[in-house]
Amino acid sequence: MSLWRSIKFGLSSLLHGARHVQEIDDEVKQFYEEAAVAYRERGLSEQDARRAVRLDLGSPEVAGQQVRSYGWENTVTSFAADIRFAGRQLRRNPGFTAISVVTLALGIGTSTAIFSAINPILFKPLPYPHPGRILMIWSTWQGSRSEMAFGTWLELSHRSHSFESTAIFEPWQPTMTSRDEPQRLEGQSVSARFFQALGVTPLLGRDFRSSDEGPRAPKVVILSDRLWRQRFRGDRGVIGQALKLDGDNYTIIGVMPPGFDDVLSPSAELWAPDEYDSSQITREFNSSEWGNHLRMVGRLRPGASQVDARQELAGIARVPWSEFPRPRWASLERGLIVDSLQDDIAHTVKPALLAVFGAVIIVLAIASVNVINLLLARSARRVGEFAVRGALGASRHRIVRQLVTESMLLTLIGGALGIMTAVAGVRLIVFLSPSELPRLNAITFDLEAFLFASVLIAIIGFVAGTVPALHIARNDLQSGLQNASRRIAGTHLWTRRFLVVAEISLAFVLLVSASLLLRSMQRLLAVDPGFRPSHVLTMQVVTSGHQFDEVPANPSGADRRRRFFDEALEAVRHVPGVESASFTSLLPLSDDSPVAGQYGAQFEDQKSQSGYNVFRYAVSPGYCQTMAIPLISGRFLGEQDSQGAPQAALISESLARRHFGNRNPVGSRLHVGPRDRPWYTVVGVVGDVKQTSLSIDQEDAVYLSTRQTWFADDALSFVIRARGNAATLVPRVKSAIWFVDRDQPIVRLITMDRLVAISEAQRRFILILFETFGIVALLLAAVGLYGVISGSVAERIHEIGVRMALGATRNDILVLALRDGMRLTAFGVGIGLFGAFAASRGIASLLFGTSELDPVSWLCMLATLGSVTVLACWVPAWRGARVDPSSALRSE
Amino acid sequence: MNEPNTDVIQGTLDLLILKTVSLEPLHGFGIARRVEQVSRGVFKVNPGSLLTALQRLERAGWLDSEWCTTEHSRRAKFYTLTRAGRKQLEIEEADWTRRASAVARLLRQEA
Repeated sequence: MSLWRSIKFGLSSLLHGARHVQEIDDEVKQFYEEAAVAYRERGLSEQDARRAVRLDLGSPEVAGQQVRSYGWENTVTSFAADIRFAGRQLRRNPGFTAISVVTLALGIGTSTAIFSAINPILFKPLPYPHPGRILMIWSTWQGSRSEMAFGTWLELSHRSHSFESTAIFEPWQPTMTSRDEPQRLEGQSVSARFFQALGVTPLLGRDFRSSDEGPRAPKVVILSDRLWRQRFRGDRGVIGQALKLDGDNYTIIGVMPPGFDDVLSPSAELWAPDEYDSSQITREFNSSEWGNHLRMVGRLRPGASQVDARQELAGIARVPWSEFPRPRWASLERGLIVDSLQDDIAHTVKPALLAVFGAVIIVLAIASVNVINLLLARSARRVGEFAVRGALGASRHRIVRQLVTESMLLTLIGGALGIMTAVAGVRLIVFLSPSELPRLNAITFDLEAFLFASVLIAIIGFVAGTVPALHIARNDLQSGLQNASRRIAGTHLWTRRFLVVAEISLAFVLLVSASLLLRSMQRLLAVDPGFRPSHVLTMQVVTSGHQFDEVPANPSGADRRRRFFDEALEAVRHVPGVESASFTSLLPLSDDSPVAGQYGAQFEDQKSQSGYNVFRYAVSPGYCQTMAIPLISGRFLGEQDSQGAPQAALISESLARRHFGNRNPVGSRLHVGPRDRPWYTVVGVVGDVKQTSLSIDQEDAVYLSTRQTWFADDALSFVIRARGNAATLVPRVKSAIWFVDRDQPIVRLITMDRLVAISEAQRRFILILFETFGIVALLLAAVGLYGVISGSVAERIHEIGVRMALGATRNDILVLALRDGMRLTAFGVGIGLFGAFAASRGIASLLFGTSELDPVSWLCMLATLGSVTVLACWVPAWRGARVDPSSALRSE
Repeated sequence: MNEPNTDVIQGTLDLLILKTVSLEPLHGFGIARRVEQVSRGVFKVNPGSLLTALQRLERAGWLDSEWCTTEHSRRAKFYTLTRAGRKQLEIEEADWTRRASAVARLLRQEA
């Protein structure tokens, strides 16, 4: 009813604005004329009648305005007028507008980009149905997460009732052979209910069944949508076709949907059922079913809570059942670690991400404060203008609304540019981010990021609009007119001073954090990796094919494998430019799994239940020489340590010190891995090598010759020391290896220098972000300080003139202004010290070899901040000191 | 400076307008004059409020308007009551009577 009419009338008056106004004016005019006629009828003269009407009814203009301001459309038109006026104002001050807009755009853009990056990792639900019901279950080793054995999973899945389905999985990197170069694919070996646990089903074909599992089941595989499209051009008839992987024919039984995002292995292209044999869960514990190399995922039953599941699993871990025997290394006596899938994939990066997010919010705060400062300075200059407008009849409400509209418009433009910056920033982050960042392919600029940016824009626009407006409302418009624009209202400066102090303290917080991270990076890069990475090229060579299988039907498989690697190494050694070449089963600082590379070691004089966890390096005899790992005592491995010869081992210095103290370990004997094999004799001690990270001191290691280990590794990393540039050797080395066997894939070609660098990629990434934010914060704070000091100098120009007339030197004036700025800086730093202390606690887990209170970092940043702020104050101070006293006084 | 208050009682302007227009179509000044005359000068309507109220009532669908010629052969905007307006008038009249008699009863009671 009336709503519709109201909209209709409003729209029509909007559309025919001029006619609408004319009609109202006509009506008002007619009203007054009729009134005048009425007076004339009572006998007044024409002129007297008009005067009487005026007196009686007031001004027709005011009446007309009252009528015109009725209706919702009126708000729209006056708002549009405000916007137009604000636009003109901003255009008239291009410098101010550009600086504010760019500052806001950068602030909003970077924080939105960072938000987009952390949102899928920390906040956004995983792309599965009821993602909160998916849990990860780990065994515990040294208090942290550790992979579990097939036997452990079998026991847990039998005894637990909290789960709808559970599954185990491990990486699987099959080689696909065809007419082209052999290609190694990234995949996962999973138990049958893996996809059920995640809650997804194949788009084409079928899911795995329990009959697909085990060593004797026919080999089947499910493909990712990407692989299906690349390899089979999206052919729907692919189900049932064969795919040759590692020399076996796998039948394709399914294709996953295009949107399927395997957060447990983001680069996985294909999945096959595991081949563990539940009949091998025996009390001998020497089958691969008892190796701790599986991860476990489970989906809770509807209604079961995470707490219940955790309690139930803890109970199972505590009380073994006799029908489920457990070996020493899978005793579960330290319990299990249970966590939601979301928290699990985020737990390693969470502190870093939150720190980066905090840092970017600080930058945003400084940027916004700067813009508010600029707005305050501007509205201070416009006091005269507002006074004139007030005198001409604009209400205070109207002027405040105008100011808020201007700030809002500014923020909106800055925000729009900021969103564009964010879209570009997200791409940059994805490009720069370390590959170990989880959910990398889910990082996009999405609706949530847009909403985040919009909320930021709204908050900043509101604050930036109200703070200057409050000042206007408080200052009497009349006194503003009297003072014209000569004297800047003091309250503005007080607010601006306060804001600048806040900026300086926030900038100090960021600077100290960035500096602590920088010091950590320096300390880290100064860590000796234990080998000489320069001029070393590495590549992983993988053997694939049944000729290498170590099965009863093929007794010489292992020998064949060893022979292939030896021949390939010999071929590489003959490549011109190669100084020396060797191989190792475990490459330091690479992504080789540290869990898979670790074995129990037990010296002859140790009890059966004790031992050490050591890295087992199966190497060619010259490996330590090629890597330049120093010999501490004894001898290196040599050609004499061959098959059939007494088994020789090198141990690392840390292991030697741990077990032997000052005694000489050479000549002592130990077992590595299975105990039912001949003893290894220590023939030498070599220097410690960082295996997993430069920051981790986990260096107990044993080096064995590949010819004397109990199994032949199927993938070895070649390390090639070049005479010149290592990278130029790549094509020749590759063709040398493929000359021996063209079906063996070569992966992870990289120089050792590069490998060392990317092993700290995540740390470096965070450092770069913090450094950037710190510098930006410093610059913004300096600009803010500069603005306030020049404002205060301008305000005191008269005072300066008086002082100079009374005999103050230029130096005195300079000191006066500088002291002002330094006082603000001191306040800012004083407050910042507390903030920085809190922040350094927050990033403590990201530091390496650097105390949170590292004096060098703190003092350096104090000095940096101090000198930059001195510079920012010096320019306006100098300008103030050059004021000509007579002209300053005359301008009064 | 002891002039009597001639403001229209808060909230009754609509009722006064609707009632006045229900007798015959009138333009703005006509309504104002009629209200003043009939109330014997107790109520005086100022043109700004009156014309705004007319806009509001028209948008509510209780009045229709049309430009016609007055007895002084001037063009003026005449307002007529619509069917919905008549209903609204009845509602407001009843409401007013109810409230006015309540006020009267309260004033009549002995101390």
